[in-house]
Amino acid sequence: MLITCPYCGPRDVIEFTYQGDGNRERPDPASQNFEAWNAYVYDRLNPAGDHNEIWQHSGGCRVHLRVVRNTLTHEISNVAFVRGDHSSAARRKAEDKP
Amino acid sequence: MSPRRTDTGGHVDRLKTIRFTFDGVAYTGHGGDTLASALLANGVTLFGRSFKYHRPRGLLSAGVEEPNALVTVLKGEVREPNIPATMVEIHDGLIAVSQNRFPSLTWDIHAVNQLGGKLLSAGFYYKTFMGPVVGPLKGTRFWMFCEHFIRRAAGLGSAGSAKDPARYERMNAFCDVLVVGSGPAGLMAAKTAADQGARVILADLEPRFGGSANWSGETIDDASAADWVRRTVAQLEARDNVRLLPRTTVWGYYDNNTLAALERVSDHKAQPAKGEPRHRYWAIRAGSVVLATGAFERPLVFPGNDRPGVMLAHAAERYANEFGVLPGQRVVVFTNNDSAYRSALALKQAGAAIVAIVDVRPQPSAEMSALAGEAEAELLSGHAVVATEGGKALSGLKVQRFDMVAGALSGDARSVHADCLLMSGGWSPTIHLASQAGAKAEWNEALQAFLPPKRTQKWVGAGAFNGHFMTLEAILDGRNAGLTAVGATVAPMAYPHIESLPCDPRPAPVFEIKAKGKSFVDFQHDVTAEDVRLAHREGFVSVEHLKRYTTLGMATDQGKSSNVPGLAIMAEALGKPIPEVGTTRFRPPFAPVSIGSLAAERFGDLKPERLTPMHDWHVDNGATMYSAGLWYRPMIYGLSGETVEQAYVREAKATRENAGIVDVSTLGKIAVQGPDAAAFLDRVYTNMFSTLAVGKARYGLMLREDGFAFDDGTTWRLGDQDFLMTTTTANAGKVMQHLEYFLDVIWPELKAHVTSVTDEWAGAAIGGPKARQILAACVTGTDVDNATLPFMGIVHGEISGVPVMICRLSFSGEMAFEVYSGAGHGTHVWEALVEAGRPFGLVTYGLEALGTMRIEKGHVTGAEIDGRTTARDLHLDWMLSKKKPFIGSAMMDREGLVASERLELVGLIALDNRPLNGGAHIVEEVDEANPHGSIGHITACCYSPALGKHIALALVKGGKARHGTRAHVSDPLRNRFGPVEIVSNHFYDPEGTRMHG
Repeated sequence: MLITCPYCGPRDVIEFTYQGDGNRERPDPASQNFEAWNAYVYDRLNPAGDHNEIWQHSGGCRVHLRVVRNTLTHEISNVAFVRGDHSSAARRKAEDKP
Repeated sequence: MSPRRTDTGGHVDRLKTIRFTFDGVAYTGHGGDTLASALLANGVTLFGRSFKYHRPRGLLSAGVEEPNALVTVLKGEVREPNIPATMVEIHDGLIAVSQNRFPSLTWDIHAVNQLGGKLLSAGFYYKTFMGPVVGPLKGTRFWMFCEHFIRRAAGLGSAGSAKDPARYERMNAFCDVLVVGSGPAGLMAAKTAADQGARVILADLEPRFGGSANWSGETIDDASAADWVRRTVAQLEARDNVRLLPRTTVWGYYDNNTLAALERVSDHKAQPAKGEPRHRYWAIRAGSVVLATGAFERPLVFPGNDRPGVMLAHAAERYANEFGVLPGQRVVVFTNNDSAYRSALALKQAGAAIVAIVDVRPQPSAEMSALAGEAEAELLSGHAVVATEGGKALSGLKVQRFDMVAGALSGDARSVHADCLLMSGGWSPTIHLASQAGAKAEWNEALQAFLPPKRTQKWVGAGAFNGHFMTLEAILDGRNAGLTAVGATVAPMAYPHIESLPCDPRPAPVFEIKAKGKSFVDFQHDVTAEDVRLAHREGFVSVEHLKRYTTLGMATDQGKSSNVPGLAIMAEALGKPIPEVGTTRFRPPFAPVSIGSLAAERFGDLKPERLTPMHDWHVDNGATMYSAGLWYRPMIYGLSGETVEQAYVREAKATRENAGIVDVSTLGKIAVQGPDAAAFLDRVYTNMFSTLAVGKARYGLMLREDGFAFDDGTTWRLGDQDFLMTTTTANAGKVMQHLEYFLDVIWPELKAHVTSVTDEWAGAAIGGPKARQILAACVTGTDVDNATLPFMGIVHGEISGVPVMICRLSFSGEMAFEVYSGAGHGTHVWEALVEAGRPFGLVTYGLEALGTMRIEKGHVTGAEIDGRTTARDLHLDWMLSKKKPFIGSAMMDREGLVASERLELVGLIALDNRPLNGGAHIVEEVDEANPHGSIGHITACCYSPALGKHIALALVKGGKARHGTRAHVSDPLRNRFGPVEIVSNHFYDPEGTRMHG
C-alpha cells in the first residue's frame, strides 16, 4: 500500500501508523454524555468500500493525514492534512512563489 | 556413470562429481543436478511416504509443484523439513532425509494404514473425534487418547528446535518492469523491455534461466532453444538496467503492484560466503509486471496413479533433456492430449524404449500417429490405464478399452510390462499471481483450463500463462508484453524461425478413469477421487467446503497439480459444468516461504539497537547488559564470583546505606513548548500542571481515552512556556504519538509543540543518604541544600565544567536527584559523579537493584500499568483532578471500572521465605492437583534487602480490604506453592521521610 504524503510524496505503508477511524466526533471534553463518549471510543464503521481514516506519517514528517481508502482494494482516493493545508510548510511554499 | 545417467545430453556437468547423502546412504551427482535428478540417476525410485496412508511415493514432477518427494535438509543443528527434492540443488556434503516414515523409508510400519483405507476417508477425524462422548470409541476424550499416535503417524516432516544461525535479509527494489518467469516468453519480454530502456527485474524460481527452452529440444532461429537462452541471458547480463534474480520465487502479488519474492541466496552452497544471507526477501514495486509463469501439467486420476515410477510426462522429458537422466527403460505414456507425444519421443531419443502410448482419445491426429511411429511405440488409442503394479517401483500396468464420451471401460484388461509410466492430463496455466492480484479466473472450454482473470492491476501475461503453449506464441507474446509493459506501441515483428513438433493444445475433457482402486487427486494430502465424491454425498457442494472437508489442495503444494482434477470430479458429481462450480482464489504465498526471510533484519546482527551515552563506560566497568526493547541497560555491575541476586542486593543495600547511581538516559523525554503548553498538559495529565511553578517538577499520570491508565512520569517546568516531560522507557514512542495525535487532530487550536528529546539528554539518578553530599562536592554554580533544591525542585549548575540540570526527585525512595546533561557530556558527568562519590561509598547500580528498590517503595511501572488497570486500581486516584476534564475523565467512572471486585495493587510477603515468581497466581486455598480460584497475580517480585524478605507486587481482587490477610501463591508451571501475606504496596518507608529528608 502506498500513501502519498502531501509533504513527502508517495511512501510505503510501513512508514505510517494507523490512527483510527476518521469519522469519529470527539464529544465536548466536559460532556458527561456517556452514549456519545461510548460511541466515540468504541463504535467504528466497517464499510466494504471507501473509508475515512487517519494515518500518521510516523516514519517521516509525523503529520496526521485524512485518508480515504477503499477497504476492498486498498485504493486510496484522497489524502489531506487533518489540520488543513495551513501548516507552516505550506505557507512557506506559498511565500516562496514570486 | 550412474545406471540411469545418459552418456550425453542435458546441462549437467559430468566432469564435476558432487557427494551427498540421502537417508544416510552416500550418493554422487553432477554439477547442475537437483536432489531429485541425482537420486533418480542413482536408480532411487522411492522418495517418501504419503501423508495419510504411508504409501510409497516417488517423483511426480521435476519442479516446484512436487507433492510427493518432500525431504528434510539438515544443516548443522538446523533441520528444514518439507522441501521438494526437485528444488534442492545438490552440493558437496548435502545431507537430506526422507520424511513420514518409521522406522525407515523402505520398511514403514504405518503402511498398514492402507489396509484400513475406508476408515481414513474424508472427514474421518470430524466423524470420529468431534462432539459428545457417546461411546468408548467416540468423541473428544477419545481424541485426547489417540492424538499422540495419530500425530506421530500423520503429517509431513518435523521441524527442529535448534536456533537457526543463518542470516536473512530484506531488500526493497523498484523497477519499471518485473518479469516473472524466464521461459521463452519471459526472456523475450525482459529483453524487449530492457531494449526500450526500462529498468527490468527478471526473476525465476529455478537456478537456470530459460524454462522449457532448456529441455524442449526445439530450435529457435536455427540454434537450439537452450543456446538461444544462453545468448539472450548474456545480452541481459550485459545491460546495467537489468537485474537478474535466479532462484527467486515471486510468491505474493499485493496492491499497488507490490510483489514479494524469496531469493534462495546460499542454500545451494556448501558454505555461504562471509556475511551472505541464506535467503533474501524482496519487496518489489513494479511499474508493471509481465507474468510469464508458464503452466503446470496435470496428472490423470486413475487407480494406482501414485505408484513410484508414475510421473508427469514433461517431467520425464525434463529429466532426460535437462539432466541427462532416464526415469525408466521401458516407458508407457498415458495421455489425453498431444503434448505427451513429444515427451515420448524425447525419452526414445535419450535411449528408453517406449512400449506404448495410451491415448484416451478414439482417434489421435495423423501427426500424433506419426510421432508414435517415430518413437516406435504401440499407439493404443481409445484406451486407458486402469491399474498399476509394483511396490517401491513400477513393474507393470493394466490397460483397457475406454470410451471417453461415456467414461466407460470395456473388454479385457491387458497387462503391460513397464518401469515408468508418464501421464499427461492437460495443462493448467500458472495464474496464481494474477489471481492473487484480483479477479476470478475464467474457464476455457477448449483448453480445459482456467485462464488468467481480468486485469485488476498493471500486469501483462505472456506465453503458457495465457494458454499459449507453443514456443512461437510465447516469443511473440513476450515481445508484445515487453512493449505493453513499458507503454510502447506494439509493432509487428519478424517471426522467429522455430522448429517444433506439432501439438494441438486442446486436450480431451477426461480427468478421471473410474476403476477399482485408489485414484489419487491430491497426492500430498492423500485425497482420492472417492473422497471427493463422498464429500459430495455428504452435502458439501461448494468448492470452498469441498476443499476444507477433504483438505484437497491444502497441503504445502497448495493443489498445484490437484485443484483442477478435483474440481472436475466435483463438477461431475454435481452434474454441473466446471465454470458453474467455480474455483477458489489463490492466495499468497505461491510456494512456501521461510519465516526467517520475513523476520529478516528484525533479528540477529542486523537488528537496530539503542545505546545510552554512558554505554561503553558500563561495559568497561563490569556491567552485565540487559536488552529492554531496543535499548541496552546495565542489569548489574557484578563483582567476580557474585550471583545476580548477590549483586543487586549489594547494590540496593549500599544505595540505601550510602548512595547509588544509575543511568536513566533511556527514560522518554519530550519537550512541550508554546503559549498553550500548560493548558495542553492539563488536558493530557489527570492532575494539574498549569499551577506548577517554574523551576519545579510534578509527578503526572496519563489515561487513555477509554479511562484506563496509560503512562506516568515527572514533568518539569523549565519556563513559563517550556516543559520537559519524562515518560517510561517502554512508552516513550507511544506517548509521543499520543501527544502528537491530540495536538494535530483533536486540538489544532492549541499553540503547543512537542519534540522528542530523549536522545539529547544523558540522565543519571543519584540517590541515598549521602547523595546530597556527593552533589555538593562536585556541583558548582548552585547550592544543592534543602532551601535551594527542595523536593521536586530544579536547579541549573555545572559539574566538571559541563552545564547540568538537576531535579530532586526519587524513584528509589531515598533522597535522590536526577542529573541531566547534554548527551555528548554524559560520560564526562557520570565519571565526575562516580569520582565525587567514591569517598562516600557510592555504588553504581543496574536495573535489578532499581527494580528492587521500586518494589520496596510500591511504585508502579509497565508491569502494573498493563492496559487493564485504572488509576483507582493502582491507588493513584488522588491524582484524578475534579477541577478539569482530561483525556479519559469521561470514561474512567464507568460501572465496570469502579466495581469492587476489580484487581487492585497490593504487596505480598512470602511467609515461607522462598522466592516468588512473576506471573504466579494468588489463591485463597491451594489445590495443587487442580489449580483454580485465582484472585490475582504477581506483577513483580524480588528479594528485599531492606526487609530481609521475599516480596512482590500483585494485582489482587479486593485489594486494600485484604491487607493483613493470608493467601497462597499457586504456580503449577514452576511448581511453586506457598503461603503469602497480603500487605500494602508501600513496603518501605511509607511516610517518605527518607526522600523528604
